[in-house]
Amino acid sequence: MIFDITILPGFDKNGCKEQYTYIKLKAGDTVSIVGPTGSGKTALISDIELLAQGDTSTKRRIFVNGEVPSDEIRFNPAMKPIVMITQNTKCFADLTTEEFLQIHARARKIYDKQVIQKTIDLANNFTGEKIKKDTRVTVLSGGQTRSLLIADAIMVGASPIILLDEIENAGIFKQEVVNLIHKAGKMVVFVTHDPVIALLTKTRIIMENGAVKKVLYQNEPEIRAAQSLLELDKKIGTIREELRAGKSITFDLPAVNYA
Amino acid sequence: MKLVIIAGPPSAGKTSLAKQIVKRFKDELTIAFLKIDVVKAFEDLELKKEFGILTKKFYSGDLCPDHAGVMVLGDAVEWGQKNAAELLIVESAGLCLRCSPYLNQGLGIIVLSSISGIHAPEKMGAMVSLADIAVITKIDLVSQAEREVLIQKIKEVHTRIILMETNALQGNSLNRLYDLIIKSRDIDRDKLMLKGNPPLGTCTICVGKKEVGWKHHFGVVQKLDGQIAEYLYRGE
Ligand SMILES: Nc1nc2c(ncn2[C@@H]2O[C@H](COP(=O)(O)OP(=O)(O)OP(=O)(O)O)[C@@H](O)[C@H]2O)c(=O)[nH]1
Ligand SMILES: Nc1ncnc2c1ncn2[C@@H]1O[C@H](COP(=O)(O)OP(=O)(O)O)[C@@H](O)[C@H]1O
Ligand SMILES: [Mg+2]
Ligand SMILES: [Mg+2]
Ligand SMILES: [Zn+2]
Repeated sequence: MIFDITILPGFDKNGCKEQYTYIKLKAGDTVSIVGPTGSGKTALISDIELLAQGDTSTKRRIFVNGEVPSDEIRFNPAMKPIVMITQNTKCFADLTTEEFLQIHARARKIYDKQVIQKTIDLANNFTGEKIKKDTRVTVLSGGQTRSLLIADAIMVGASPIILLDEIENAGIFKQEVVNLIHKAGKMVVFVTHDPVIALLTKTRIIMENGAVKKVLYQNEPEIRAAQSLLELDKKIGTIREELRAGKSITFDLPAVNYA
Repeated sequence: MKLVIIAGPPSAGKTSLAKQIVKRFKDELTIAFLKIDVVKAFEDLELKKEFGILTKKFYSGDLCPDHAGVMVLGDAVEWGQKNAAELLIVESAGLCLRCSPYLNQGLGIIVLSSISGIHAPEKMGAMVSLADIAVITKIDLVSQAEREVLIQKIKEVHTRIILMETNALQGNSLNRLYDLIIKSRDIDRDKLMLKGNPPLGTCTICVGKKEVGWKHHFGVVQKLDGQIAEYLYRGE
């Protein structure tokens, strides 16, 4: 069972050592990784996913429960305590959704036969256009692919650590994903440009030039700001759905004031 | 001298992987690199320019490149040893799905791309099954779930192979491969043997007769639905 992971410093893009001794993330932590495009956010979560041992471009090392993870944990998907949703929105495997999930369940040694249908049902909660079990994964839209992969990560991956790379761009229902943050026990790491998601997490890692620049912890005003942004976000969501459904807006929108 | 033979379909990432191996060992070992291809290759110039190592290329022309490999590898080993190479890397053309270039000594590596489709490993027979190690490249282009689906599929078809995944442009997670290279034994030039079975001998097609239809040919020929001898290779 995973209790914590430790990130040991590597080197930035200029080869300078990162300025922290270690970063420890514990079970149940919610973490966001923010910073400009190209600053190394994806590289950082890839290091965690690969359980890097100085063998990636950043030269970082990742410990599990304070120790170097065994090869079994690093390379056997059935033992891997980590799932990652990448920025990719395309599948290349010429398989139906059902076959894809069946093979993945075998890889992760999940034997519950119902898991396939449950995964598809969950995916269909995240997206407008429904996925059927005999739809080929190669023809799924970007949003459908992302939704399926997130549902797969939760149901088939079923791991204590979940890493999500810019899911806000996937055209999926963010509220559902925010609910996922509050699912107990899991360590959730978001790479994000979305202030709502960033403010909702307990720990915030700021990236620059391939290195961790700062680690911040959520403060009281941020918790309140997150709540009001969430309200606003819900309103925007409602309006978005009205517009999508072909309706007109017939009421005055509330003014926003953050003074 | 250690020997590493890299095979795999076009654009799988063979050269990118070879470069990572060279980068890792160039300060410790004298490296020689040979590219075998059918009509055109630039790898020799590229690796010479980038790393200043000893390189060479060989065009197989009308021959199956693996077939050609068997004939020239003896010379290549001699060439490497004459130049005091401690590691010889051979990149094959990877076009012939019937044959495989691996030898009974050194390491045989099959390079497969994550985006080349889920059925590719099954279709490639000996090129995969006779390799010691399979390196899956381009993992930066697919989701984790799809990587795991691909790995599972390969494991189910080829149960003995050692599997690794990498982004070959960055050389992620290749320490296990480097360890296997370090631990691999020096080759004995007089005892080199092809691992797989070579394709069956000559027929009139092999010698250049172009008429279509089995009636025009003799030797090792096959009708579309017809019987051929049990011991002949017919594909799966
Ligand atoms: N994104 C990504 N691109 C890769 C990776 N590996 C190789 N490539 C790219 O894929 C293309 C082909 O790579 P090569 O290493 O030349 O492939 P090869 O197998 O040597 O190709 P041939 O010798 O021509 O058959 C190049 O454009 C590489 O930059 C990888 O892991 N990730
Ligand atoms: N510490 C580092 N050293 C070397 N290269 C790095 C480092 N961090 C990131 N990179 C490279 O920089 C590029 C952009 O990084 P990426 O993680 O994709 O950025 P982001 O996700 O923040 O947009 C990638 O090619 C990545 O491999
Ligand atoms: Mg990114
Ligand atoms: Mg090449
Ligand atoms: Zn051949």
